[in-house]
Amino acid sequence: MDGEREAVTLHPATSSPVTHGRDLVVAEAAVQIRGDTDIVGARQKGRMLAATLGFSSSELTLIATAISELARNIVQYAKQGEIILRLLERGGQRGIMVRAKDQGPGIPDIRKALQDGFSTSRSLGLGLAGVRRLMDEFEIESRIGFGTTVTARKWKR
Amino acid sequence: MEVPILKQGPYLIASIQSALSDADLLQLRDAIVHQVGMFRSRGVIVDVTALDVMDSFATRTLRDITFMIRLRGAETVIVGIQPDVAFTMVQLGLKLEGVPTALDLEEGIAFLNKKGPTPGKEASPRGR
Repeated sequence: MDGEREAVTLHPATSSPVTHGRDLVVAEAAVQIRGDTDIVGARQKGRMLAATLGFSSSELTLIATAISELARNIVQYAKQGEIILRLLERGGQRGIMVRAKDQGPGIPDIRKALQDGFSTSRSLGLGLAGVRRLMDEFEIESRIGFGTTVTARKWKR
Repeated sequence: MEVPILKQGPYLIASIQSALSDADLLQLRDAIVHQVGMFRSRGVIVDVTALDVMDSFATRTLRDITFMIRLRGAETVIVGIQPDVAFTMVQLGLKLEGVPTALDLEEGIAFLNKKGPTPGKEASPRGR
């Protein structure tokens, strides 16, 4: 198993072809996650950044909640890591990217981890599946023994 | 940030003032469960009006509080869930099943008053 790599990219059927490489980064911020108090800081920072794009207040709450779930995953499974926030532009559309990066144990079965109700920890098990539902785009890359990177984006309508 | 818990007659009112860390939420849970016995309270109101995010951990902790307080013989009601927060919770699939909620503090108190002791029917020994 060691070093085995699994990557899953999920897009809604309606979304345009994957164009990560062409996303223009307008602004970037990183929040170090070392404990549960950093979760609050990360979601507040994300809400502030997203607000500059003019997201509605309910969209801002969705984004902040997604950041909260991702940051908590880091604390619970990897102990520490970082949340990278980017304001993006893609073909005239503006949005926010949230990336949660850790050097933790990695996720053995990504598809299982994305199922509703699945959790190896003590949450409600809605973490990753929930984030996927809240955001427009969602990708996970995880390598056993090396860590996990979850990237989610939300575009302004 | 510690959440102040006020004793109001037979009820305890925990008024969350700002965003809470996971540790703060657990501290709140333990304090309420303890104080409901100390003050022999019949009901608990947790006011979450100031919370701009209720993620899976916060929701789970509020549910735990409700069930723990029920095991202690009292009733809990969560008040003040904001529209955007309710929207996000539904998107996330967080339903707070079995947890009474009310619009605001006033409705929460009205709910507990209605729940009040009904002699003969659901009255249980209150010694703890």
